[in-house]
Amino acid sequence: MSNAASRPARGRSVLVHPLIVRITHWVNAFAIVCMVMSGWQIYDASPLLPFAFPPFMTLGGWLGGAIAWHLAMMWLLIANGILYLGYGLASRHFKRSFFPLSARGVLSDFRSALHFNLSHTPGVYNAVQKLLYLAVLLLGILAFLSGLAMWKPVQFEWLAAALGSYPSLRWLHFIAMTGIVGFVIIHLALVIIVPRTLPSMITGRVRMDDKAGMRHEA
Amino acid sequence: MKRDTGLIRPRDAAPELKRVERRLLLKTGLSLGALTMLTGCNLSDGDEVDRALFAMSRFNDRVQALLFSKTRLAATFPASRITNPFRFNAFYDEDDAPEIDASDWKLEVSGLVDDKTPWTLARLRTMPQENQITRHICVEGWSQIGEWSGVPLHLFLKKIGADTRAKYVGFKCADRYYSSIDMPSALHPQTILALDFIGKPLPTEFGFPMRLRIPTKLGFKNPKYVVSLFVTNDNPGGYWEDQGYNWFSGS
Ligand code: HEM
Repeated sequence: MSNAASRPARGRSVLVHPLIVRITHWVNAFAIVCMVMSGWQIYDASPLLPFAFPPFMTLGGWLGGAIAWHLAMMWLLIANGILYLGYGLASRHFKRSFFPLSARGVLSDFRSALHFNLSHTPGVYNAVQKLLYLAVLLLGILAFLSGLAMWKPVQFEWLAAALGSYPSLRWLHFIAMTGIVGFVIIHLALVIIVPRTLPSMITGRVRMDDKAGMRHEA
Repeated sequence: MKRDTGLIRPRDAAPELKRVERRLLLKTGLSLGALTMLTGCNLSDGDEVDRALFAMSRFNDRVQALLFSKTRLAATFPASRITNPFRFNAFYDEDDAPEIDASDWKLEVSGLVDDKTPWTLARLRTMPQENQITRHICVEGWSQIGEWSGVPLHLFLKKIGADTRAKYVGFKCADRYYSSIDMPSALHPQTILALDFIGKPLPTEFGFPMRLRIPTKLGFKNPKYVVSLFVTNDNPGGYWEDQGYNWFSGS
């Protein structure tokens, strides 16, 4: 960004999303969609609730195909997750981008969001975003641990026992999935409301409008 | 998914048969097992995906073999936790379960073993019996707690002089089902040739006269109505495994 200073201030482009965050984000989006859809097919083999997911929403064609998808995508998700979490911790990206976070900040940002005048500063997440991102990280970890315990209830018995019995692991995994899908719906709704954020998640950069400074009204 | 794929398929089945079978399988969706038989066929995009998934499934076999511990035991439960009634499950209806006459039945033994004498039920009963109350987990996601007793497989393998450095133990069943397990899992103390279910000889629906009970693997790796056991270094696959379920399917 040092050479940006020599350019005219107007139309300056600033890096708001580091490359690793962008790559892991899109790999994650792809892997999560595959995991959720193949997971729904697996669910349909023995539904927990009195409903099944319609076939067009599922991946794998039948139980065997769905499990193959689920346990293949699992590795992509693990590799990607290690990269993202490792980077997020080591570079202090999490600390910088997701904190500080206060209940008051969340409430006031939530209120302004309801009035459609939430401030959205490129490169700076508002409190509602921070909360959502932290929540989905925790839900992802819960889905991972409950899934691992279901895959290996004997070899990882300590984990299975810590999380409950085999049937309750299925529920935990299902609840984590529901939370993640809920996040994705809100996440996509926010992107639709503030579509400007999308190109920057791809290119990593935003053009600064000098007059408005870094502040945009949504 | 109740498809009848016929008798234990030789790996060198006729190409026509392969193609017919493949079409059948693709109709019901992705099938990994069919790929083991894909030779010289034009690969469409779907097949490429199938191949990648199949390769990942073999990778998952290796990871599970590494994670497997010979000494780690499946959780056991008190008798009060036994699921009642216990569920029948097979690739056919309960009415079609094979009814085997105990006096006709023999367990054939073959492959890398010293003593290939077939075993009668009475002789199996003279072996030490091991009892367990464990959770039977189905690949579909449901699970039930049952009680089984029978001959620990590691004792049986020792008795017949099996080469325990071989890789696989295979099973063939009276209902044309078949399956196979890795040798470390076969030698696990909780892996038994079960003769009894909840204190009585196995009822017809649960595999009379003998089934494999292996609580460190998913339900479909617990073949019922076993008529033949063999030790080999060539992966014998299995009824569901050849259609795409993960072969190791360990717990
Ligand atoms: C394909 C659909 C998706 C789209 C279009 C999308 C879009 C975006 C955009 C535009 C941002 C940047 C927001 C900003 O700059 O204010 C973002 C960030 C983020 N998204 Fe998504 N996203 C998608 C799927 C997902 C999924 C499935 C997850 C997780 C389950 C996810 C988790 C996140 C997280 C954690 C961040 C913050 C990343 C960081 O700074 O470390 N997204 N997404």
